Amino acid sequence: MAFEFVEGNEAIARAAVRAGCDFFAGYPITPASSILHYLNEDLPPRGGVVIQAEDEIASMGFCIGAAMAGRKAMTATSGPGISLYSENIGLAVMGETPLVIVNVQRQGPATGSATRGADGDVQFTRWVTSGGLPVIALAPATVEDAYLLTFVAFNFAEKFRTPVFLLSNAELGIARESADLDAVPLPPRFDRVKAPPAAEGFRPHQFDNPADVPAFADFGGDTITRFTTSMHDKDGFLTSRPAVIQEMVDHFAAKIDAAADEIALVKEDLQDGADTLVVSYGVTSRSVAVAVREARRRGRKVSSLVLQTLWPCPEKALRAAMRGLKRVVVPEMNMGQYRQEVERLAPDGVEVEGVCKMDTTLLSPDEILRKGGLL
Amino acid sequence: MSAPAIASYMTDRIGPLPFCPGCGHTTLTHALDKALVKLQLDPRRVVVVTDIGCIGLSDRYFTTHAFHGLHGRSITYACGLKLARPELKVITLMGDGAAGIGGAHFLNVARRNIGITLLVGNNFNYGMTGGQHSVTTPEEGLTSSTPAGNPEAPMDLCATAAAAGAPWVWRATMFDPDLPDVLADAIAQPGFAMVDVWELCTAYYMPRNQFKKKELLEMFGAHGLTTGKVVDRPRPEYTARLREVLASAKPPRPSPGIEPRFPHAVSRQTGIVIAGSAGQKIKSSAALFAQAGMFAGLHATQKDDYPITVQTGHSVAEVNLSPERVDYTGIERPDFFVLLSEDGLRRTRDTVAALPATSTLYAVDDLELPPTAARVRRLPSRELTKDAGRLSLCTAALAFLLADSGLYPVAALRAAISAFTSPKIAEASLKAAAAGAAAVHRE
Ligand SMILES: Cc1ncc(C[n+]2csc(CCOP(=O)(O)OP(=O)(O)O)c2C)c(N)n1
Ligand code: SF4
Ligand SMILES: [Mg+2]
Repeated sequence: MAFEFVEGNEAIARAAVRAGCDFFAGYPITPASSILHYLNEDLPPRGGVVIQAEDEIASMGFCIGAAMAGRKAMTATSGPGISLYSENIGLAVMGETPLVIVNVQRQGPATGSATRGADGDVQFTRWVTSGGLPVIALAPATVEDAYLLTFVAFNFAEKFRTPVFLLSNAELGIARESADLDAVPLPPRFDRVKAPPAAEGFRPHQFDNPADVPAFADFGGDTITRFTTSMHDKDGFLTSRPAVIQEMVDHFAAKIDAAADEIALVKEDLQDGADTLVVSYGVTSRSVAVAVREARRRGRKVSSLVLQTLWPCPEKALRAAMRGLKRVVVPEMNMGQYRQEVERLAPDGVEVEGVCKMDTTLLSPDEILRKGGLL
Repeated sequence: MSAPAIASYMTDRIGPLPFCPGCGHTTLTHALDKALVKLQLDPRRVVVVTDIGCIGLSDRYFTTHAFHGLHGRSITYACGLKLARPELKVITLMGDGAAGIGGAHFLNVARRNIGITLLVGNNFNYGMTGGQHSVTTPEEGLTSSTPAGNPEAPMDLCATAAAAGAPWVWRATMFDPDLPDVLADAIAQPGFAMVDVWELCTAYYMPRNQFKKKELLEMFGAHGLTTGKVVDRPRPEYTARLREVLASAKPPRPSPGIEPRFPHAVSRQTGIVIAGSAGQKIKSSAALFAQAGMFAGLHATQKDDYPITVQTGHSVAEVNLSPERVDYTGIERPDFFVLLSEDGLRRTRDTVAALPATSTLYAVDDLELPPTAARVRRLPSRELTKDAGRLSLCTAALAFLLADSGLYPVAALRAAISAFTSPKIAEASLKAAAAGAAAVHRE
């Protein structure tokens, strides 16, 4: 165990290797490219495949094909690339494809500020593809957190057979900090549940209860399997029967919603007698930590809730943390995207305020103290 | 005893093929079945991938693995499958519409020579969406989106694939009696192989244009084209080549961890900004400075700012050193500011002008500075670069800062240089570190 001076992107790449990632396809874009560079050196000698695709659509297509052939696949991009991923993200939801999608957010819209950070894709991630079905998204705050959450993202992707987003930020991805990655405590690695070899009567989307996750058969393996972009039955055959379609849609939603508590990762720093709570995520939570310490030093009672999971929204933790408060402050590097969720869950009489900035710079502890009324 | 021969790779489990009577896709689908029968491939090692469009209704009739993806993207799933499992035969069926919307994939799979088989059911229009024109619709062709005749020139898919580097290309029609054999040949190729199969869409393009078998066959003459082999020039297939290249590759060695072994005098988070020009090694010197701090038991962060055109203009690095983990990495009031060039000053002028009296500004001696409250220390640039050269100015300046401020010993910087740079660079950097420290002590 020793400290290294590591970039967030490298931590993501190394956690992916540790999680068993053996396929990466991506298209260069600042501030995500170094993930491609790192894996280009690290994966192929271990038998993994790394390919720079012709565009982001192909990146996703390669990943989906490889993931369905049994590989653990990851791709990485930034906002403009996520736009091009959109349709294929829907395909991955439809085909129940385990996949990790890294978004090293840069300030947008469009080309925005290529080398500078923001958290502008928070709601975009939730509603990233047509149909509006739930997705999983995790937001790291530090290099060590990026390492942990990338590993967890693979576990969730495998466990729930779904695309999982890692919502990083240029402020983390292309910045370096002292970190001891080997000392980061990781959960046990989870690999997708496979159908028994050559299973008779195998059904690619079999579930008894809607929240069950179907067993997986590799394309090219001994059990013949099917995948389709169209609404299908449990056999993977196209269907137009409304009852079957609704059953499938309920399943896609239920397997994630029913596991919301398991997926919800938060860090609570609650103070007895506090009347104010600060809710934050990603790199902003680091400024919040400083601001909360300072407010407490000055005698204010303030609680803090840091969300590592953004989607599905950790509703239980948010509701519990807001009980009996007067105010909730939500500082964000966007124009107030997650505040909407907090407002939706806030009990009557609790005031929710945002501290918003999207000028490519971090929210400073000072700004949070002043604009968040914590002084 | 050998396994009994497979008589068909299709199933009627979900009923008969869904295509309109006389549709070329029916012919193509059956021809593919016959080709598979001829090859007697293990169905578990075959994937039929389809695109969107009427042609996309065909994969599920096969007893192989079946994959139906998005419009224009079937090639990308096929490539993903092949890259993941090079031992598979991956056969992609797509329409002329897909060749248009997925043009980038069409060109690139041919260029890369990924060993999939691409069968284009080319019926000169979009069947599924009501007979609009596609990239292969003949000039003057009547479609629902070209009611006055197609004003666009059609694309020859075979010539396009050939130009992109495809090693094996065949132009065929649904009327070719040897179509199953041609498809079998294509599937047997180790590299990328494409068959462009000219077909009738009996619902739209045929009735609108009086485009029947005779007209379809006559179109070859009109364009100076023939059926048959267009390209046969084998070259190494992508996944095979990749395996060869990678056989000897080794993963990068993990970077050595940093165990603290020097003292420090940093009592709180301290922000250091280093501003200079591209080519002054600002970024790498700042990283060594941060890592040296870690050798002294400190936590460190670094952010860099430079133009996208990396070899010109400013280069600015922001480093935090702290006895605790660094939460907020922004540096609003730098404790130390190192200014090494006009470019660096131009980029940071406002910050420099606003430096508080508690900060120290180290500026090379020939720079004209804006008024500032900071304590100013001039860096004797000629002296600093005398032994090690101009490329090491930044390292020398940082050693100067360390010797002047006592944040941590210059020895820690030397340790970082030795640990993280190549011997050749280390030699110059160590000289620079010595020059920087000596310049302070001489005063
Ligand atoms: C992104 C997207 N755009 C548009 C469509 C609608 N669409 C479905 S099939 C098709 C055209 C298919 O034509 P072609 O590939 O020639 O196949 P055919 O129906 O002629 O067999 C289009 C445009 C779609 N499914 N997806
Ligand atoms: S619309 Fe055209 S392409 Fe589609 S099934 Fe009918 S004839 Fe075939
Ligand atoms: Mg067509």
